[in-house]
Amino acid sequence: MQWQRRIAPYIFISPFFILYAAFHLYPTLWALYLSFFQQTGIGSAAKWVGLGNYIKLLSDDRFLKAVVNTSYYAAGSLFIILPAALLLGLAFNIRDLRASSFFRLFYFTPNITSGVVVAIIFGLVFDFEYGLINNWLLAPLGIAKQRWMQNAALIMPAIIIVGLWRYTGINALYFLAGLQNIPHELNEAAQIDGATRWQVFRHIILPLLRPVVLFTVVIAIIGSYNLFGEPFLLAGAEGGVRNAGLFMTMYLYLNAFRYMKFGYASAIGYALTLIILALSLLQLRLLGAFKED
Amino acid sequence: MAVRDMAMRQPRSEVRVTWLRVQRTIGRLLIYSGLIFLAVLVAVPFFYMISGSFKRNSEMFSYPLTLIPIEPILTNYERLLGGKEIPFTQQFANSALIAVTQTALSLFIASLVGWGFAKYEFRGKKPLFGFLLATMMFPGQVALVPQFLLMVKLGWLDTYWAVIMPGVAGAFGAFFMRQIMLGVPNELLDAGRIDGSSEFGLYVRIGLPLSGAGLSILAVLTFLGAWNNYLWPLIVLRTASKFTFPVGLATLFGLYKIEYGMILAGAFLATLPVLVIFFLGRNQFVAGITAGALKG
Repeated sequence: MQWQRRIAPYIFISPFFILYAAFHLYPTLWALYLSFFQQTGIGSAAKWVGLGNYIKLLSDDRFLKAVVNTSYYAAGSLFIILPAALLLGLAFNIRDLRASSFFRLFYFTPNITSGVVVAIIFGLVFDFEYGLINNWLLAPLGIAKQRWMQNAALIMPAIIIVGLWRYTGINALYFLAGLQNIPHELNEAAQIDGATRWQVFRHIILPLLRPVVLFTVVIAIIGSYNLFGEPFLLAGAEGGVRNAGLFMTMYLYLNAFRYMKFGYASAIGYALTLIILALSLLQLRLLGAFKED
Repeated sequence: MAVRDMAMRQPRSEVRVTWLRVQRTIGRLLIYSGLIFLAVLVAVPFFYMISGSFKRNSEMFSYPLTLIPIEPILTNYERLLGGKEIPFTQQFANSALIAVTQTALSLFIASLVGWGFAKYEFRGKKPLFGFLLATMMFPGQVALVPQFLLMVKLGWLDTYWAVIMPGVAGAFGAFFMRQIMLGVPNELLDAGRIDGSSEFGLYVRIGLPLSGAGLSILAVLTFLGAWNNYLWPLIVLRTASKFTFPVGLATLFGLYKIEYGMILAGAFLATLPVLVIFFLGRNQFVAGITAGALKG
């Protein structure tokens, strides 16, 4: 019995770790190795280039454009989608608000819809001639029709609008979860003491929401750098007009599976990893500092 | 609460109380109109997809744009299910088979590892768990090329296994099940051991039944992830009859953009199961999401 109890945990965890090692850890290390080689296609011989791929990335205009675009989208997530979600979460948190749970679930449905389906729907929403935005939102306001997907300046705003439609609901749920953890008494006590709503929000609610803000920011950053389906299908597989819709994961995919540059694509993967790790650490520090004030 | 409200209001004059009520009503009205406006913004694209699937292309691409088809037709569905352009029913079945298999396997594996980490002390536990958490920060795409090369080596290219297996052992599922299974009382395990149960028996008879809520959350999340996944199946599947529906629909979207009605019909059919699962499991779902946010 005793020996059974000693070896049991290893038996419980081994299927997971065997599969995890085979399908995730080994490929992750293999990618690091590959990123030091020039390899084109499956059969071809790999040529050692050291840091060559990484150096090439720094002068690859398309790669730099992809970094800028992806970061543009990430900024949109942080400064447009998350604040909108926080507002919505605050609305959900109003006591005895009727039908609140209906709204919560309803705003959430775009999030569980496949990215491909979302792209198909928004292909119609952003259509120049027969699109919903041009005809139903801009026309009544007297604004001229826009070529959303053919105008380099409008592709990113359009993709952010898709993100707003798709991710505001789920982030509002995250914020609501955090808000529900804050006792109402705290709020009331401050108001009786004469604090304005803004003061209560700024000095009581926001600091207490810090863990949830941290969580949503990390998820938003990772999600932004992972985005693939929507820009790939909406802007065009190669990134659209002047690469205005080229995202990092798209560029990785293109290099790996269209141009067959396995080494170069792996280097893009590690560049992506570095950016995500750096941003996560940076915001841990920023929001960590926020804690002390 | 009512008592306290009255206590607060008592010293105020009637006029002020009425004014406060008016203010409150206006506030509520504004919030409701805002919420309804947003709900319309969420609903219209969905609704336009559904209505478009019943429209002729000539109606979809002409003025005025209609929210309800003037002349509803079923041709789009007949052509889609007829299978001349793409084997949609086959692709739909592929998606279902892949998502169900991946969900079943990952629940089994995640609950095993979660049980090991939650209920046993063993050498190497802390570093292994810490390592697992650290790898969660790595984006999955970094391993995309070698994962593809691995599938080539295994001879799995263009098979369902290539789609399923990399998704079976995920760090999130392992971490999630460990958190859930920490809640199983140790006294039950001791009692089970005294009754002569094997360690695996404890997992089957105590661990799994007492983690039902957590397992159903993970099931819904895994199923949706597998059902909607696009990038990985796009890489490893080659023939149209093996495609999952996102790859199939995306191909149709790329090739026959003119046939928008048929594409919308496919998009709608592919979204239906997700909506059904979501509304059946909505409580677990919301619980799962919020648990993630609070623990994170």
